[in-house]
Amino acid sequence: MNLVDQINQAWNWLTTSAHWSGADGIPHRLLEHLGYSVLALAIAALIALPLGALIGHTGRGGFVVVSFANLARAVPTLGLLLLVVTITSIGLTPVIIPLIALAMPPILVNTFEGIRGVDADIKDAAKGMGMRGPGVLMKAEIPIAMPLILLGLRTAAIQVVATATIAAYAGIGGLGRYIVDGLSRKDYPSVVGGSVLVVLLAVAVQLLFIGIRRTFVSQGLRGSSRTS
Amino acid sequence: MTPLADGEPLVRWSWIGDHTDELTTLTLHHLKLALLPILFGLIIAIPLGIMCVRWRWLYPPTLGIANIFYGLPSLALFMLFIPYFGIGSGGQADFTIILPLTLFSLSVLVPNVVDGLRSVPDPVRQAATAMGFGTLRRLVQVELPIAVPVVIAGARVAAVASISLVSVGVLIGNGGLGQLFIDGYSRDFTTPIIVSCVLIVVLALVSDGVLVTAQRLLTPWARTRRSNG
Repeated sequence: MNLVDQINQAWNWLTTSAHWSGADGIPHRLLEHLGYSVLALAIAALIALPLGALIGHTGRGGFVVVSFANLARAVPTLGLLLLVVTITSIGLTPVIIPLIALAMPPILVNTFEGIRGVDADIKDAAKGMGMRGPGVLMKAEIPIAMPLILLGLRTAAIQVVATATIAAYAGIGGLGRYIVDGLSRKDYPSVVGGSVLVVLLAVAVQLLFIGIRRTFVSQGLRGSSRTS
Repeated sequence: MTPLADGEPLVRWSWIGDHTDELTTLTLHHLKLALLPILFGLIIAIPLGIMCVRWRWLYPPTLGIANIFYGLPSLALFMLFIPYFGIGSGGQADFTIILPLTLFSLSVLVPNVVDGLRSVPDPVRQAATAMGFGTLRRLVQVELPIAVPVVIAGARVAAVASISLVSVGVLIGNGGLGQLFIDGYSRDFTTPIIVSCVLIVVLALVSDGVLVTAQRLLTPWARTRRSNG
């Protein structure tokens, strides 16, 4: 079997109308997949964004937090999932916890680095204009750090979308179902088709973040963050 | 509802002592599966990065392809190689894991090689030329050494990711220490899962330490500069 056969099989699988309806249909599985991904990403962002901004702004505890975040990146997501499943039971919790653990480090580290890297002159200027700590953070530091903050969110989002396939192992569906079921049934087209859907979703996330970047990054900063 | 049997601790320490041989074998195999991709990745990324710096038009398409690999779920990437190298552990089947992880490492390494080479200040390049260095000698003796910190920063990210991702390979029967996840999961026994997770984190820390040391040895001038003030 070569690459052309793989593409053909995946195409046939994706275009079979029976795969597009019902509880095991692509739309339903896609929604489940998106649901877990968005929930995990939202919780991770709610924790990591303020924390990263705070330590970046105060400059305290940065080394400890970044070291810990890098250590957390090494924790295998699948192992964490199976551990939580074994301790509790199958369901939403074992899926969400590893995904949050996966999403937090890139958001935290990029937010911290972005805010810490803001030029001291700019912060002085903001203070000179009468801003206090929170004003400097909200009106100067966060907008300037926005490209890096978005890069962290994008990295986290792509990893979460790609990894949410493991939800199938906790028995709660998602696009991973096609991969996991396909593997156990030796139904290779289902495996490849499911993988293609996950890849398309990851590409969609990339495109979404290009749009977000256009909207939320100040015009004066655009294009400058990638050149360093 | 908890599937854990009454009185069963999270970690049963005696299990570790009883399985040292198995743990050693799995750890060594894990290292092979995780670090060969970094080695292959460097062997490919350095010439590819040099070409991307020399011929600028080559970089945007290369970066685009690298970004796609970065967004792929590792499991899906493993699947792609099953027809060529098969399923299982050891021998040829190891390449079902090693080659996808090599592609994944390239998505981190190539941009870092390019950024590293571009970080060489122009005056340094001009000075080397003025001293009579040809293009190749300047590249090997001046530009690549200056790029080392950025390249190693990429290798550190790639190595930690690779060590963690190998364990996903257990889903197709070849995950190094990840084998113990399924072993523990199928028996509702947490000890092997925790032990393998901890070992994977330790491996990542040790590899990271080795790379930091390599960077210090390869860039002795960075230390001198710091001690001089």
